[in-house]
Amino acid sequence: MLKINDLHVKLEEEDKQILKGLTLEVPAGEVHAIMGPNGSGKSTLSYVLSGRDGYEVTGGDATLDGASLLEMEPEDRAAAGLFLAFQYPVEIPGVGNMTFLRTAVNAQRKARGEAELSSGDFLKIVRAKAAELQISPEMLKRPVNVGFSGGEKKRNEILQMAMLEPRMCILDETDSGLDVDAMRLVSDGVNALRSPDRSFLVITHYQRLLNHIQPDVVHIMSNGRIIKSGGPELALQVEENGYGDLLAEAG
Amino acid sequence: MSEIAVKTKAQQTPQVTGAPKAVTALDDRLAAMSLPQGGFSAPARAEALSRLRVMGLPGPRDEYWRYTDPRLFNVPGPQPLPFDAKAPESPLFAQRDTLTLVFVDGAFDASSSDELALEGIEITTLAHADAAGDHWAAGLYGALEAAGQQPVKRPFAALNSAAAADGVLIRVTGTPSKPVHVLHRRAADAADAVWHHVIRLEEGAELTFLESGMVGARSNAVIEVDLAQGAKLHHITAKRAIDPKVGLSHLFARVAEGAVLKSFSLAVNGTHMRHEAVIDMAGDDAVAHVAAAVLGDGATGRFHHDDTVFITHGAERGESRQVFKKVLKNGATGVFQGKILVKQGAQKTDGYQISQALLLDEASQFLAKPELEIYADDVKCSHGSTTGAIDEHALFYLRSRGVPMDRAIVFLVLSFLADALEEVEDEGLRAEINERLEEWLTSHA
Ligand SMILES: Nc1ncnc2c1ncn2[C@@H]1O[C@H](COP(=O)(O)OP(=O)(O)OP(=O)(O)O)[C@@H](O)[C@H]1O
Ligand SMILES: [Mg+2]
Repeated sequence: MLKINDLHVKLEEEDKQILKGLTLEVPAGEVHAIMGPNGSGKSTLSYVLSGRDGYEVTGGDATLDGASLLEMEPEDRAAAGLFLAFQYPVEIPGVGNMTFLRTAVNAQRKARGEAELSSGDFLKIVRAKAAELQISPEMLKRPVNVGFSGGEKKRNEILQMAMLEPRMCILDETDSGLDVDAMRLVSDGVNALRSPDRSFLVITHYQRLLNHIQPDVVHIMSNGRIIKSGGPELALQVEENGYGDLLAEAG
Repeated sequence: MSEIAVKTKAQQTPQVTGAPKAVTALDDRLAAMSLPQGGFSAPARAEALSRLRVMGLPGPRDEYWRYTDPRLFNVPGPQPLPFDAKAPESPLFAQRDTLTLVFVDGAFDASSSDELALEGIEITTLAHADAAGDHWAAGLYGALEAAGQQPVKRPFAALNSAAAADGVLIRVTGTPSKPVHVLHRRAADAADAVWHHVIRLEEGAELTFLESGMVGARSNAVIEVDLAQGAKLHHITAKRAIDPKVGLSHLFARVAEGAVLKSFSLAVNGTHMRHEAVIDMAGDDAVAHVAAAVLGDGATGRFHHDDTVFITHGAERGESRQVFKKVLKNGATGVFQGKILVKQGAQKTDGYQISQALLLDEASQFLAKPELEIYADDVKCSHGSTTGAIDEHALFYLRSRGVPMDRAIVFLVLSFLADALEEVEDEGLRAEINERLEEWLTSHA
C-alpha cells in the first residue's frame, strides 16, 4: 500500500536535512508502528507524506498504491485515501465541526466520482460514530477543535478518520494526552477500522498504545532513518531499555 | 490656495464663507443638488447649511482624511454606474417577516413598501413629514449630527442634513413584533442618493433596524439614533456585492443610561467607501458595540473601504466595543481610524477596540490608526490591530482532510470574520449573513 523509498527531505527555508534516506513499506491490511527519540523526524515524515509546505524532497519517493504521492496536492492525497491524525490538531474558530466534516467527506466523495451524502444521511452516520467515541452532540456543534481539551481533540481526529474512511491512516502520537479510558476509546475506534484493505502507520512513544492496537511491525527511527524493524517485542525492548542499545547497535 | 488653508480661515471667521476657490467647489457641489425647502426640518437644514459653509469640503491633506481621498465625495456628481437590472440578487433579509420600506435611489417608494403601521412604533418618511408640517423629529433632525461635529468636523454629514431628500423617521415606544427593514433599490445610472434616518427609542423600547439592498452610483447616508434610558437598538446594514460605488455613511448615536446600541455592518466590494460612527455614551451604564465585516476585491478596478469610529465616554461604567475585520485582495485598501475618548469623571469605563485585516495577497494593504484619549483614572481600555495572511498551517489541516484549496480559504475567511459576526445577536440574522458571505466568497473566489 504505502512504499517509501530512500526518502531525503530538507527544510525549504534552512539548510537542514531531516529525513536522510528513509525506507519503509506498509502492506495492505497491516499496522506498523514507528517509535523513535524526540526530533528524529517522525512528524516530518507524516507531514511530507500528507503534503505540508515548507519541505523539499531532495531524493527518493513515496507511493500510495503505486501512485507517487509527492507530486500531489494535499487534498488529492486525501482523496487518494491518505489520512493524517495530527500530533497537534488545529483550532478553527467560526467554522462548525459538522460543516467542516461534511465538506471534507463530500469533497472526497466528489473527487472519487461518488455521490455526495445528503445532510440527513451524513447526520445519521456522524452521530453514530461520534457516540462511539463519546463525542457529544454539543461538541459536534462547536467550531473545529475550539475549546476542546487535548484528549477531545485527539478523539475528534479519530472521528474525522472514521468519517473519511481512508485506506492509509497515519496517526502521529494520537495517544499522547489521552487518559486511560480515552486511550481505549481511540484504540477501539482504530481497531474497528482495521480491514484487509486498510493500513495504519502509528507513531508513538509508548508501548502501552500497542497493547491496544497490535502492530504487525515496529520500526525504530533515529536521525531521519529507520534503524531497525521487528515485531511487537521491539516496542517492549524500547519500553524497558530506552533507545540507547538500539542506537549503539545501529552505529 | 489649498482647501485646508481655506478651512482654517473659515474657522477663524465663521461668518465669512472663505476664499473664492473653495466656495466654488462647495457651491458647485450644492448647485448639483436640489435642497429641500420648508417643512419641519427647514430650520435644521438651514443650520446644517451654514455649518457646512463654515467647514468647507475636506481636502486631501486634512488630517481626518489622510487615508481616504475625499475628492470622489467632493465632486458635484458621481460617475454614472450602469447596472444589470435583469440579474438582481435577492437582497439580504428580504425573506424575513419585517416592516419593509423600499427606497429607490434614496427616495421612499410607497407603492413597493409595506403599510407603515406596526404596534409600538410611530413611523413615517422624511419627505412625507416635511410635507405635513410639525413633527416629533423636529428637535432631533440634524441635532446629533451637529453635536457630532465636535471635536472633529464631518462636512459630508452636514451636507447630508442640509440636502437629504428622504429617509425614515421612527419613534419606538414599545417592543415591535418585527424588525423595520429599509430595502434600497437603484434606478438611475448616475443617482446621487442622499438619505437621512432619525430613530428615537423611548425608555425601555427595543427595535431591530435592518438596511440592505443596493444603492446608487454615489450615496451619502446619515442615521441619527437617540436611545433613551434602558432602550435597545440592534442595527444591521448589509450592502450588496459587486456594486462598484462611491459611498459615505454616518451613524450618530446618543446612548442614555443603561441603553444598548449594537451596530453591525457588512460591506462587500464597492469602490470607495467611508463609514463613520460617532457615539456619545451619555448615560451611566451605557453599552455600545460597533462591528463590521468587510470583503474587498480590488480586481474590479479599485477597492477602498474606511471605517472611522469615534466613541466618547461621558458617564460612568460605560461599555464600548469595536470589532472591525477586513478581508482584502487584489490591491484592495482597508482603513480603520478608531478612537475612544474617556472624559474626566467617566470612571469604570470599559473600552475595547480591535481592528484586523486578512490580506489575501501582497498587493493589498490595511491602514489602521487606533487612538485612546483618557482623562479618567479608573478605566479599562484596550486596543489592538493586526494585519496578517491566511494561516498556512490551518490551511494545510483543512486540505489534508480533502477540502479543496479554494473551499479551505473560504472557511478560513469565515473563521477570520467570526468575531465580528458574533456581534449580531440574533442567531437567525447571523446565520443568514454568514450564509450569504459564504455564497459570495464561493462565487467570487
Ligand atoms: N519547520 C521547521 N523549522 C525548523 N526545524 C524543524 C522544522 N520542522 C522540523 N524541524 C526539526 O526537525 C527535526 C525533526 O522534527 P520532528 O517534529 O519531525 O520530530 P519528531 O520525531 O516528530 O519529534 P517528537 O517525538 O518530539 O514529536 C527536529 O530537530 C525539529 O526541530
Ligand atoms: Mg512529532
